[in-house]
This record gives sequence, C-alpha cells and structure tokens, in this order.
Amino acid sequence: MQSFAFIRTEDASTAIASGAKSKTAQQGASVRFVAGGTTLIDLMKLNVERPEHVIDINRLPLDRIEPLADGGLKIGATVRNSDLANHAIVQRDYPVLSQAILAGASAQLRNMATTGGNLLQRTRCMYFRDTASACNKREPGTGCSAIFGANRTLAILGTSEHCIATNPSDMNVAMAALEATIHVQGINGARSIPIGDFHLLPGSTPDRETVLEPGDLITHVTLAPPAPRSRSFYLKLRDRASYEFALASAAVVVTVEGGRVTRARIALGGVGTKPWRSTEAEALLTGEPVGEPTFRRAANAALRDARPQSQNGFKVELAKRCLVHALKEATL
Amino acid sequence: MMSVIGRAQPRVDGPLKVSGKALYASDHRFPGMVYAVPVCSTIANGEIQGIDTSAASLMPGVHAIFHRENIGTLFRATVNHEFGADMVHLDETRAPLEDDVIRYYGQYVALAVADTFERAMAAADAVKVTYRSLQPNVDGQLAPETNRKTESERGDPAKAFGEAEVRVDQTYDLPPETHNPIELHASVALWDGTTFTLYETSQGVVNHRNVLAQMLGVSKENVRVITKFMGSGFGGKLWPWTQSALAAAAARQLDKPVKLVVSRRMMFQNVGHRPRVQQRIRLSATRDGRLTSLRQDWVNHTSILDDYKENCGEATPQMYSVPNLRITSALARRNVGSPSPMRGPGAVPGLWATESAMDELALKLGIDPVELRLINEPELDEGLKIPFSSRHLKECLTTGASRFGWAERDPRVGSMKRDGLTLGWGMAGCSWQAARFPCAAAVELRDDGTARVSCATQDIGTGTYTIVAQLAGETLGLPIDKVEAVLGDTQLPAGPLSGGSAATAAVVPAVLEAAGKAIDALLALATTAPGSKFAGRKAADLEYTSGRVHPKGEPATSGIAFETFLRLGNLGAVSGLGSSEGCGAFGTTKPKFSSHSFGAHFVEVTWQPEIARLRVSRVVTVIDAGRILNPLAGRNQIEGAVVMGIGMSLFEETSYDQRTGAPINSNLADYIVAANADVPALEVHFVEYPDTKLNALGARGIGEIGLAGVAAAIANAVYHATGVRVRELPITIEDLLT
Repeated sequence: MQSFAFIRTEDASTAIASGAKSKTAQQGASVRFVAGGTTLIDLMKLNVERPEHVIDINRLPLDRIEPLADGGLKIGATVRNSDLANHAIVQRDYPVLSQAILAGASAQLRNMATTGGNLLQRTRCMYFRDTASACNKREPGTGCSAIFGANRTLAILGTSEHCIATNPSDMNVAMAALEATIHVQGINGARSIPIGDFHLLPGSTPDRETVLEPGDLITHVTLAPPAPRSRSFYLKLRDRASYEFALASAAVVVTVEGGRVTRARIALGGVGTKPWRSTEAEALLTGEPVGEPTFRRAANAALRDARPQSQNGFKVELAKRCLVHALKEATL
Repeated sequence: MMSVIGRAQPRVDGPLKVSGKALYASDHRFPGMVYAVPVCSTIANGEIQGIDTSAASLMPGVHAIFHRENIGTLFRATVNHEFGADMVHLDETRAPLEDDVIRYYGQYVALAVADTFERAMAAADAVKVTYRSLQPNVDGQLAPETNRKTESERGDPAKAFGEAEVRVDQTYDLPPETHNPIELHASVALWDGTTFTLYETSQGVVNHRNVLAQMLGVSKENVRVITKFMGSGFGGKLWPWTQSALAAAAARQLDKPVKLVVSRRMMFQNVGHRPRVQQRIRLSATRDGRLTSLRQDWVNHTSILDDYKENCGEATPQMYSVPNLRITSALARRNVGSPSPMRGPGAVPGLWATESAMDELALKLGIDPVELRLINEPELDEGLKIPFSSRHLKECLTTGASRFGWAERDPRVGSMKRDGLTLGWGMAGCSWQAARFPCAAAVELRDDGTARVSCATQDIGTGTYTIVAQLAGETLGLPIDKVEAVLGDTQLPAGPLSGGSAATAAVVPAVLEAAGKAIDALLALATTAPGSKFAGRKAADLEYTSGRVHPKGEPATSGIAFETFLRLGNLGAVSGLGSSEGCGAFGTTKPKFSSHSFGAHFVEVTWQPEIARLRVSRVVTVIDAGRILNPLAGRNQIEGAVVMGIGMSLFEETSYDQRTGAPINSNLADYIVAANADVPALEVHFVEYPDTKLNALGARGIGEIGLAGVAAAIANAVYHATGVRVRELPITIEDLLT
C-alpha cells in the first residue's frame, strides 16, 4: 500500500474534474472514486491498485432508488447492494436482481458495496491479485500466468490468449439479463450506455475492462419496466453453500404464453470475461415449447463457443446444467 | 461427589471475550512500539543475489531494514523432543535469515520496521531483492525419495493378501491443507537490556520460551513468554515459527518494543501446514468379513531441510483385529515451508484412507459397513500386545447406527430419495491416542476467601480456563466465581502443550495434587496460627470441607472459614504445588495399557445431479472419550471438528503454482473452508466410561478425535449417493459431474 490523498467531495463536477486528471480510468488509474471500497481498498492493500488520489463520492446525492414514470426503475450509483436487494419494487418487479445480489458476498460486504462499484468489480483471478505474478490485466505485456496455472475458477467464454479472467459479479449478470442502462457523467456531459456495451472483452488489452474514460462517473442505472407476464430467476453454483464466487451462474427472464417461450433474456456468470449475455440461447428459446429439450438446446448454444482451460473444463457442462435448471425454475 | 465436574459450565473467559477485554497477542501495545513487516521471497528455490534497501530506508517513519547482515546473531536451537519443562522443539529448524539460500516461496529475506504498520508495509514493498532462481519442485505426485521405513509389522501380510478371497488395493490422496485460525500468528517483543518478554499466540509457552532462549542466545530465565488468549491454533501454533525470533531480534537491535503480525498470505507460506499425503492401502478378508491382512504405505511431502513425518499409521495397528499387518512411511522433499501438526496429525489422514478402504471392502463383501467393523473388533491392542485401558468402539458404532436410523439404509447406490434429492448414507469409525504430558500446577488459598490455580499451559479457545477453574473449585469445595485460573505465562509452574488432546489429562492430576497440598498447608496453619481455635491440635484431626476447617467427625457447618486462619497467621496465602508425569505417547515410561478415544460418524449427504450440488445434510457422531468434564465445551469441540471435516472433505486444498512454487490460493476467498451455510444439523453423543487407568477422573482429551474419520464417512456417503468413489480429497463438483 502506498500513500495517497483522500478527498471527500459533495459535488459531482469537482469529482469529475479531478478524475479527468488521470491518464486512464482503467487499470493503473492515478485517480479513483471510492464508494463502498470493497474492491478498491482490498486491491490497494495488495498494491494492485496504486492511486495517488482517492475521491470519496459517498456524499454525492446518488443513493436513491426511484420509480420512473414509464414503470421502470432508477437506481443511484451509491445505493448499497443490501438496500437494492431488499427494495420492495426490486423484489416485486426484478426478483432476478434481488436474488443475484443476495447470492453474492456476505451481509457485511453487501452493506457497503454499491451499484456503481459492483459494475466495476474487478476479477478474482489469483494472479491479477498477486503482484509477484505476470498478468496482462495488471501490467500489460507481462503475460498471462493463469493460462498455464491455476485456472479452475476462470473464464471459458470471451477469453483471449492474453487474459482469461472472470468477471466475478453476480449483480452484473442479472443487470445483463434485465438489459440495464448505465448512466455516466463525464467532462463532456452525460451519456447512457447499454450494459452489453459497457464491459469490454479482454482481447489484446485486458487492462481495459469498460468503456469509461478519465473523469467518467457512474451516476445511476435504469431498468426498463418489467416485461409483461415475465418471470425471472437467478441460480448460482459454487463449491460451498455461501460466500463464494460463482463457478457458474445464470440469470433468466422469460415470458411463457400457451406453453411456448415468447421472450427470453439470458445471461451467464462465473464463466465469462464479462457478464455473458447469450442472444444465441434467447433466439433458440423464443417460440419453442417449454421443457428440458428446448432448454438443453439453448444451453448448448450458449456454451457453443466455450474454450476451457486445463482445470475448468467442467464449467462447460456445469454452466449448461445451471442454465437449464434456472429456466425450469422460471417456467414452473 | 463430583458436583461441578460434568456440569455444563459456561466459559469463565466468555464475558472477557465478548466484551473485547481479552487481549490477544497482537492487541498488546507499549510506549515507543514499532511495527515489523517481513519481506518474503518471490521465488521458491534459489539464492539471494542482492538486497537493495536504499529506497526503503529513506521512507518516512522507517527505523530499520533488517537482513542477514544486520539482524544480529540468531542461533539454531538444539532440539530435545522429550515432553516437559525442558522440551525444545520446532518444525522449521533453520534460524531466520541464516543464509542466502531460498528453499520455499515466501521465505523471509528481510524485515522492515517503521513507526506505523502501514509505513512498515510500504517499506517492505520497497525493498528490492534480486535472486538467482532455480526451478522449484512442488510436484503433487510423491515418489518417495528417501528410504521407506517400517512403522509397525506383524505376521506376513503379503502372503495373506495373496491367498485372500477378497481384496482391496487402492491409493488415497490428501492435498496440503493450511491451518487458518482466525487469529493470525503474531509476536510482540520487549527487550529491557537483559530480558525478553514475548507476547505470543502459542500452544506451548514453555517450549516457546526454551526455543527462543536458545535462538536469541540468552538463558531461559531471561525469556518470558505470555499467551493469555488464543483465536485458535489447530496445531499450527504448537511450535515457534521464525517471525517470533525476528521480532525479538529486532527489539534487541532497536531497543524498542516490536510488533510483528503475520499476514494471511504468510499463513500459507511460513507457519506450517498439513502436508500432502499419498497412501496405498491393501486389505484382504475372508468371505465372512474377517480381515486377514492390512497394509498401509504412505508418503508425505516435507520441506527441503526438515523431516516432518505425518504419522498416518497412528491409529492403524490397534483399530481392528488383523493378524497380518505392515505399515511403512516415506518422505518426499519439496520446495515448501515445513509442514506441522494439524488437528489429529497422522490419524486424520490415516483414517481417511483406511476407513474409505473398509467401506470399499464392505461393498465387495456385501456386508454392511457397520457390521464389518463389529466383526473385526479386537480383544486387545494387537500392535502393542497390551490391553486397552477402556475401549467402547462397538457401542459407538451401534449407538450411532441406532440414533442415525442406519437400519433404514438401502445399500443400492442412488436408491434413497427425499424431497426430490438423492440421499447418500455413509459412516466411518475413528480413534485418537489418549495420553498425557508432564505437568506442574500450583493452587493457593488466599486471605480474601478465594483460590488461585496457576499453570503454564494455555487456553487455546477450547475452555482450559474453565476446566481448570472447575477442577480447583471442585477439589476445594468453592464456587467457580471464587476461583481464579491463571494460565499462559512461563513464570507459572511448567505446564503442558495444548495439543495432542493431552492437556486436560495432564492438568487434572497436577491440579488435584496441588489443591490437596494447599489444603494440607492450611490445616497445618490452623494448628499453629496465633489465636486459632485449633491451636495445639494435630492437623490430622482436622478436616477441610467446602472452604471451612473443622474437627474430623463434626459437621462442616461448624467449621471456620479458611481465610480466618490466614489472617490470624498474617499470611496472604497458603499454597501447594502438584505435578504429574507424562504417559502414553507423550510420556517416558512403557505403558501397561493402550489408551485411545474412539468414535463413529454417520453422515447423510444430499445430491442433486441436475445441478451437481452436493451438501452434507446430517451428521451423527458418537464419541467414547472417557468422562466428559464439561459437556458444553466437549460438544463444542466435536462439532467444530466435524465442521472442519466437512471442509477437509469437500473444500480445502492449498494449491502450489508449479512454476513459481507459490501457494497461490493464499487467502480466505480462494482457499475454501466450510461456511455456516455448509453446516447441517450436528448430533453429538458421548458414551461415558471414565478411563480411570489414565487419570483419577477418567477423562481423555477430545480436541482431535472429532475430525478423525469424518472425511471417510463423507466420501462413503458420496459413493452411496452417486456411485462415484473419490479417493483424492477434496471431493469437488468436477469429480461428480458425470
């Protein structure tokens, strides 16, 4: 851990102007916003993050959950995960989101972690977190230790020869299935980004994880009104029964009419380098009769491009079973 | 007679712990104290070429960067394995910073000391070390490199195996496991120019003192070691580790108090672990289930410099009746830190293998696994050829079977269902040696009407304060709130290690004797104290009952409170010193009886193949550990051990990166232990047969027995549910995802 300046601000434009002084908003940023701190402070202690300026955004008025006129929901960036998961509207209209958040971390962590922070949660790849190891995400060009190392928990979808790190968030998986929109305030004004465009595949630049630029501040997330007659479900599979990152998870939002799927939104967690929306699975489900054969075909499609590593081949079948079971639960 | 013993007594130290008043090693702070953070090697095999401290030395608040050339002299200790006041034992024998050779990943190469913890961390990070690096060997396949050693032998097992009708020949693997007590290892060292005072988290303050005196080159009298409270040790804190010597050496060099807290990552590198063990088990039996041979050939990894043997044959020679037996051991050297005992060392890995093999044999024979064990119950310890002091394994098996409902078991794989889940039922027997260490203890009766009992043993979180206070209170006839128990300080009479489930058995006779002697001293005082009602009478005519002295034959209520005599004699206290000799595995004399605790675990798992989800849903454990002194603390020990067994079976494994030799999952997110949600309903039952051949109260230790056998019972249940026989722990999703 190195010394840093801690700045508490009550004004978003000050925070944004300070953030814009950093060369990057990605790995290696010299300015970081902190809200719950559950990822950032942890990584600072490990010397993985070494910001010179840490700007506390907890006093910005971004901690509200507000229903929108169109029936959707606006979620402030600093809303705590526990408040979001237990919110009556979320539980009624977006149960998949509540279930996903409650499947993650511990009660203590959820009390601190925020919506914006969770969108930016960093990978748990052990080599990323160990400064003695080579890691292209932490130090571009040094190589990937995980590909020939301990990779049991790492990604099988969206990987590259440079990085196979998993996006560890549960919330993001539900947000992907709900097609959330992320609202960002930057030095050139506000913009909104569909969650599918927000996270980047590692490719040859795994240090770049999102489209954020220096100074960009996530202000809130909006959800569209729940699809009529849709049901949703989040299933998380892991070694122990709680307090562990997913080996595979699935967020499903489906509408069934007359025994057939009329609309499906599918995202997988624990297997992708980003929250893994599967439009292939959605297409295969739509119009098809509810039941295991349909679900299995969808699961096969979702994992068709999987590229397992030496230790995580089991994730292909595990993710398929996870998706099939989640679909069964959502269509009971 | 015994009113306090056997009562469910809440912890006497509970209020201190829940109110935060109990000070653990790293809670101690002193004026002028500085903080030390080790620099760990980032290679596992090679040599230090250079250490550049120039940048680190200039950082704010930095007092010193120590390394081989400026730490001062640190000696190796001359070990003395004999248990007792003069014991000198440690698992990593090399003195820290002794040479420039790196033999395992994370080995301490330097020590940064600064005025705050954060500044010391930053300085440690800024020390630049260059290495000549060699390929480390952390290979998980353990071909024995050193000679195989025969541990126990009888009959001709090879011949019996060759002639047998039914045989099992399988190899069982256990990965390295890391002790993860919540309380990290920590040392706070004070030096006054002559004497060291070391606040440690030690399961053996006397041994720790003896080792550190030698390493620091001072006499034993000039080292005091204090461990008042411990956030668990699980064996990892039995022996001193190198951070203790480093903290003391830094305190001496700087003439300041030094605090050194080992990080969670260092817990995986520098302070011991249960080694990887591979065991080949060969069993043979007659068609009607009588064992004809048993062979156990194990190899465990050890460090480059030290020979740590994981004694997997601890329970094997006496567990079952078998005429032909051979147990052999071997070591394989790896670039890892020294292994160290972990709860139930030897027996826990050993029984994982032998009790799994017994289940495989039962299947081949078509005999119920409980029945197979009953058939092979021995009459005596066939290894030592002496009788058991007390053995009730059969009753553990039958009581467990009945409490679990074992009679309802359908042996066909995957045949049992409940609520849409497949059930698996498995069981295993268990055993752990019963022994006691040598021990001394003192009891005082004080002029304020209270008593003090003291012993340089430790309460490692298991309830020793409470047991000692109960014992003294019982013997002195005083309520427990009138008894002060003082432990964890080398200035007290030399007490035992808190390990081997042998502390309680050692403390019992010593405290009983000390209390008796204190009463004798009191009665003598009553006959001599000026103004005493009993002045001039013979002490032999007086009696002490529940805090009062009275003539023999008269009611206790007629007596006089003991503090009266102390006041008359102008004495603050009368005292007695008691001691007991070691016996069994931890003693010096050849035992007449074979003493062990026994037990049986019955496990139910639920299996959901559609999502490859396995959970332990029910455990019934029956333990024969002699008299249970405190059922609350006793049950707590067994339940905790079963939870640890769930972790051992399903989650725990220290993973070494084959290229760097680093234990790469060195944190509690990646090294998975059981969480609360993994813990099902646990039923613990004690069959209480006091083992009075071991000590007067008939109590055996219960710290380890609860973990032995759990992994086999779970693996056996997993087979029953899934048809998959897992012989390499932990049992993971990928093993079952067929």
